[in-house]
Amino acid sequence: MPPLLRLILRRVFWVLPVALGVVTITFFAARVFAGDPTELYAPPDATDALRALIRIRLGLADPLWVQYIHYISALLRGDLGMSFSTNRPVLIDLWDRLPATLELGFTGLTIGILLGVPLGVIAAVNRERWPDFLVRGVTLGGMALPQFWIGLVLIWVFFVTLNWLPGPVGRLPVGIDPPSRLTGFMLIDTLAAGRPDLWFMALKQLALPAATLGLTTLAPIARVTRASMVEALQSDYIRTATAMGHTNRTVWFRHGLRNALLPVVTLIGGVAGHIFGGAVLLESIFGWPGLGQYALQAIDSSDFAALQGFVIYASLLYVLAFLVVDILYMLIDPRIRQ
Amino acid sequence: MTAALLSIDRLSGGFLGADGGIAPVLDAVSYDLMPGQLTAVVGETGSGKSLTALSVLGIQPPAFRRTGGRILFGGRDLLSLDAAAMRTIRGARISIVFQDARAAMNPVFTVGRQMADVFRLHHGGSARHAMDRAIEALGRVRIPEPERRARQYPHEFSGGMAQRAMIALAALICQPSLLILDEPTTGLDVTIQADIMTLIVELCRDQGLTACLITHDLGVVAETCDAVVVMHAGRVVETGSTEQIFTAPAEPYTRRLLAASQLGEPV
Ligand SMILES: Nc1ncnc2c1ncn2[C@@H]1O[C@H](COP(=O)(O)OP(=O)(O)O)[C@@H](O)[C@H]1O
Ligand SMILES: [Mg+2]
Repeated sequence: MPPLLRLILRRVFWVLPVALGVVTITFFAARVFAGDPTELYAPPDATDALRALIRIRLGLADPLWVQYIHYISALLRGDLGMSFSTNRPVLIDLWDRLPATLELGFTGLTIGILLGVPLGVIAAVNRERWPDFLVRGVTLGGMALPQFWIGLVLIWVFFVTLNWLPGPVGRLPVGIDPPSRLTGFMLIDTLAAGRPDLWFMALKQLALPAATLGLTTLAPIARVTRASMVEALQSDYIRTATAMGHTNRTVWFRHGLRNALLPVVTLIGGVAGHIFGGAVLLESIFGWPGLGQYALQAIDSSDFAALQGFVIYASLLYVLAFLVVDILYMLIDPRIRQ
Repeated sequence: MTAALLSIDRLSGGFLGADGGIAPVLDAVSYDLMPGQLTAVVGETGSGKSLTALSVLGIQPPAFRRTGGRILFGGRDLLSLDAAAMRTIRGARISIVFQDARAAMNPVFTVGRQMADVFRLHHGGSARHAMDRAIEALGRVRIPEPERRARQYPHEFSGGMAQRAMIALAALICQPSLLILDEPTTGLDVTIQADIMTLIVELCRDQGLTACLITHDLGVVAETCDAVVVMHAGRVVETGSTEQIFTAPAEPYTRRLLAASQLGEPV
């Protein structure tokens, strides 16, 4: 069996137990720790009979383990249940909100990688000199400051004070209708609809949340790149490449960086899982209608099926992220390919 | 008397310590490499052989600080060259073979690709042409099935095969006038060591290379080298023709070295 296929099968094999385990924990934890949703849906003066009826309608009347079995058997048929609060199938809700999270995540992660990796390299090749100290100082700040705080500062500077960018009201300004969904990615669908004006609006809406995400992912990426590069640059093959007359650029980027990438890819995989799993606080701050916001609302309203649906999505995403990391490993390092 | 191709002139230096001071390791090291000759540098581990050789190419460890001396090559002091000028020397004029060839090659590129990259750096031409030259060079150092080997990665090579490839890279791809070999056979099987040495001597003679062979193996030196430099504790103890050193060593340290290897005249 080709190693790549074996790898994919092994990862896919893990999807089921991981998702099942996570969803089981969520199922019971939510019911124990979150409030009883009956109270949220019953009028304050509801009679006990009405409450009982609501409980039956919400599927909460049965003993916990019976609810669990119902849920799991529906799940095995691909049915994630209904959301209490939107009254729609959870699967449809997730599908609607997925592109918002992906678009923000891709943009933020791309910014983080495109800035973080070169900064790490610059720091490593200037080790213990001022560019190194600068990068280390700035990224230490980026690691220490909470993401929501960076988001709020950016909003305050670029929206409140300078008013260069629009406020945190989601993917388009209030009152603007989105183009019909093709990919769900606003930057693509606006162009497909032939609306460059909308495209520009969407870009401006995306700028601050994506910058926040980019800044917070840049910091760990730059630091890991630096550490890994410093180590790679001390290897024998770097000395050989220099001795053979290669330029610094070739030595650093072709010979050094390629070898330094493995830990960076691992980190980016974890960060990606985190981001695409829904940057919960970030989406809330920017009114971003993504999965993170959905999850937060689900917790708020004891919307069990919605919460469990989100958790399943997030765990699948982590497994996928690790699969991508594994595949990249094989592409980067020939020793792993065999 | 012909002029030396490379002349190391009272090279001194040491390593920067944590306290900011310099712990001296090279003490006025001087020796000449005569054109067309194979010169051996011998001496116990830690005597400064590698450090001197690495300094020639400007690839000494970053913590090394030179406190004096010159390294003359073709009339120019290599130590005074800027980075760009030094790059025109590295590989193209002076090349080097390291001890552990498998570690000395980049693990993520095929052996052929690494050789082809260096070929294009110094001679230009298409990638295709460079790869053909790489395969040809692998064939000349008697690596079987060079086309297939060129597509393999360093970890797929045995130590001996990797050292052959490294020699092909340093001598045939770079085509330098001076080749430094830093313990090229240390760590290899004894039978393979002899093959590699034969190959080195043959290539140097064929290419008319001036070579500097750093080694522990005095038997090899006696058989193959024209001149010998004996180093001890960061100094050059004695230099001379191979015959001089083995038959009439002037210094007690040289005599001890020969006695320890049970070669040369009994003392
Ligand atoms: N990176 C380094 N840092 C500190 N000391 C070093 C370093 N490399 C070599 N040395 C010291 O320099 C001296 C000469 O080393 P070297 O030239 O490698 O010896 P050899 O003759 O075995 O090749 C040794 O005493 C060694 O301990
Ligand atoms: Mg040495």
